[in-house]
Amino acid sequence: MAATKILDEMHADDASVRPHYRPYADWLAAMPGDRIAEKRAEADLLFRRAGITFAVYGDEGGTERLIPFDIVPRIIPASEWDLLQRGLRQRVTALNAFLHDVYHDQEILRAGVLPAEQVLCNTQYRPEMQGIDLPMDVYAHIAGVDLVRAGAGEFYVLEDNLRVPSGVSYMLEDRKAMMRLFPDLFARCPVSPIEHYPDLLLETLRSVAPAGVRDPTVVLLTPGAHNSAYFEHAFLAQQMGIELVEGQDLLIDDEMVFMRTTQGPRRVDVIYRRIDDDFLDPLAFRPDSMLGVPGLLTAYRAGRVGICNAVGTGIADDKSTYPHVPDMIRFYLGEEPLLANVPTWILRRPDDLAYALAHLDQLVVKEVHGAGGYGMLIGPQASRAELAAFRARIEADPARYIAQPTLSLSACPTFVESGLAPRHVDLRPFVLSGREVVMVPGGLTRVALREGSLVVNSSQGGGTKDTWVLAR
Amino acid sequence: MLSRTADHLYWMARYTERAENLARMLDVNCRMTLLRQDEDAVQRRWGSTLAIVGQLEPFVAAHGVVTQAAAIDWLSFERSNPSCIAACLGSARENAHAVRGTLTSEAWETLNATWLEFGRFRQESVTAQATGDFFEWVKFRSHLARGVIQGTMLNDEALEFTWLGTYLERADNTARILDSRFALLSTDVERADEAGDYYEWSALLRSVSAFEIYRKVYRDLITPRRVAELLVLREAMPRSLRHCMERVHGTLSRVANDRSDETLRRSGEIHAALQYGRIEQALEFGLRHYLAQFLVRTADLGARIADDFLVSEATG
Repeated sequence: MAATKILDEMHADDASVRPHYRPYADWLAAMPGDRIAEKRAEADLLFRRAGITFAVYGDEGGTERLIPFDIVPRIIPASEWDLLQRGLRQRVTALNAFLHDVYHDQEILRAGVLPAEQVLCNTQYRPEMQGIDLPMDVYAHIAGVDLVRAGAGEFYVLEDNLRVPSGVSYMLEDRKAMMRLFPDLFARCPVSPIEHYPDLLLETLRSVAPAGVRDPTVVLLTPGAHNSAYFEHAFLAQQMGIELVEGQDLLIDDEMVFMRTTQGPRRVDVIYRRIDDDFLDPLAFRPDSMLGVPGLLTAYRAGRVGICNAVGTGIADDKSTYPHVPDMIRFYLGEEPLLANVPTWILRRPDDLAYALAHLDQLVVKEVHGAGGYGMLIGPQASRAELAAFRARIEADPARYIAQPTLSLSACPTFVESGLAPRHVDLRPFVLSGREVVMVPGGLTRVALREGSLVVNSSQGGGTKDTWVLAR
Repeated sequence: MLSRTADHLYWMARYTERAENLARMLDVNCRMTLLRQDEDAVQRRWGSTLAIVGQLEPFVAAHGVVTQAAAIDWLSFERSNPSCIAACLGSARENAHAVRGTLTSEAWETLNATWLEFGRFRQESVTAQATGDFFEWVKFRSHLARGVIQGTMLNDEALEFTWLGTYLERADNTARILDSRFALLSTDVERADEAGDYYEWSALLRSVSAFEIYRKVYRDLITPRRVAELLVLREAMPRSLRHCMERVHGTLSRVANDRSDETLRRSGEIHAALQYGRIEQALEFGLRHYLAQFLVRTADLGARIADDFLVSEATG
């Protein structure tokens, strides 16, 4: 785990190109430098003109920023993807089983696999969902599971992201850009297609329509044009041909959801919401929310509207739940996990806390409820003052934190100012669960552009790459 | 379609059209001042242009005297002027951004690129020599946006509300442009007596791309009466009040809902008056009076359209 050697996705230890990268490497070697520079500039223009942007919170200057796109793809051989796909299907199936169980009979708590109090006292546990039956018992219809490779190349699950995972639009736009910039590459390399993702997503969304609705009206609920992921909301709505609505566009009448149209109110059957639970319904959750729809939860509980992801999925991807996912897989499926968890110290446990405080400069410490790379400590890169400040925060409320070893994430060659250099990457495939569990071969590869940096989040200056799963 | 979406499309189109018409007015003014350097005339001209868009008072409050450079700057870039070209392009882009999923990617990219490219002009600050290029550019981007919308978008309600905004705004703008020229020029409608007047009337025609059309339609001298007839009553003239109202009325009859009967009736009334009216009646009534009434009625129509289709009521 603590290996200092960084795995290079493209090159083996003896500096030779790995077999699955060879056609690409040959192509790249034959490409003149000025043409590469030209193509990079073209890519930049493509993304800027299309307005493929990301709003960065807390940054007044550039409210809309481009996510840097790197033209070197991240390539995954077919055999590796087979394993990932099976592992992801297994994991998401177990997580959905867990959610159904937690909101019904709670057998897993009675069996003592997870401490009941840790689940039921968690703010992410939504008592409103207790006993509510959902179509096909599915809660997390869209999961964006973060994977990293470390050590000798084994994959680890870093986070499960079962609330409103984003990034899939970049996965699709990155592919579109690559095909436009380098059409000849796709003739040389057998890259599996991913462009049907919106179709699969729409099929998944339609599957949760209330009983008896034959041609459901699906809408995408966005917080609005100033949200950091607004581009993605608009993009997905357009790709699926569904309405992009804001809370103010919806109203509840007789426990049914309607949208305000130029021809009067029209019934809505399924809501793909890109708003957190807290903001969904001011009558049920945060009363100050202007983004949600008053009365939505009542309609939902009455089974008059489908919501994706379901309310209350946060309890399954909470960082305090994460360490128990391998046990969940054993408990519900009777199988051994195919994908490993990163070893995690749970700081609510005194022993783990003591260990973490003693090794703070070697660990990554995360807030249990945090997301997006905000509020985390990377021990080896922190200054003495930062370590001291974080130590104080942990001691004040240990249950808010977990700690993990600093993984030496794998790196992929990336164009930076000095030329081609290895930069750390992760991978977020998107797993869809409706009548069946499906995914497109690929995902979003994020890359930390600063040398040595391990933070790939777009909000923290990360970039993206096209991800190629090679066909057999 | 969503009321909010229709609202954004409608305003996207209105602001795009407004930017274009502002550029047209400013362009013609600049060209005219190349002919005539009389200080008073220049002041009067820019004063009347500021007045057309309701900006004379705030301008005078800020600058005191009307100068060409300051007026161009005010109407193009002034932050406190919500209807300057910069503000219009920005608002068009904002509205497009809010419904980018409803637009085709080509349409969105065109409006976004306009906004991005606009930065180039703002930084260099448009100089006397470059104003022509700038106004040409604004017009060209508007043409491009309209062409891309027409050439790529599905012919559905989204497009209806886009054209509704375009034509209602154009009707308003043409009426204002015409009004301002009649305010400045001689009242004898049968002759453009002085040589200077001839240039004024031809400049007006050029500002609405109607100079060549005038020649084609009338094959005769330019007279104020015919100019008025062309810009008010000619069905085939794409910027005339009649043509615009025909498009507005047609659109309203296609998107009609169970609340919009009265709105449709009123647009029909305005349109019928243009369809069956004669320019002599308007001139007898007083053209400026006639145009003022027209502007009141189109403003009323705009408010009714917002009520019936665009603004979501609290109770739905």
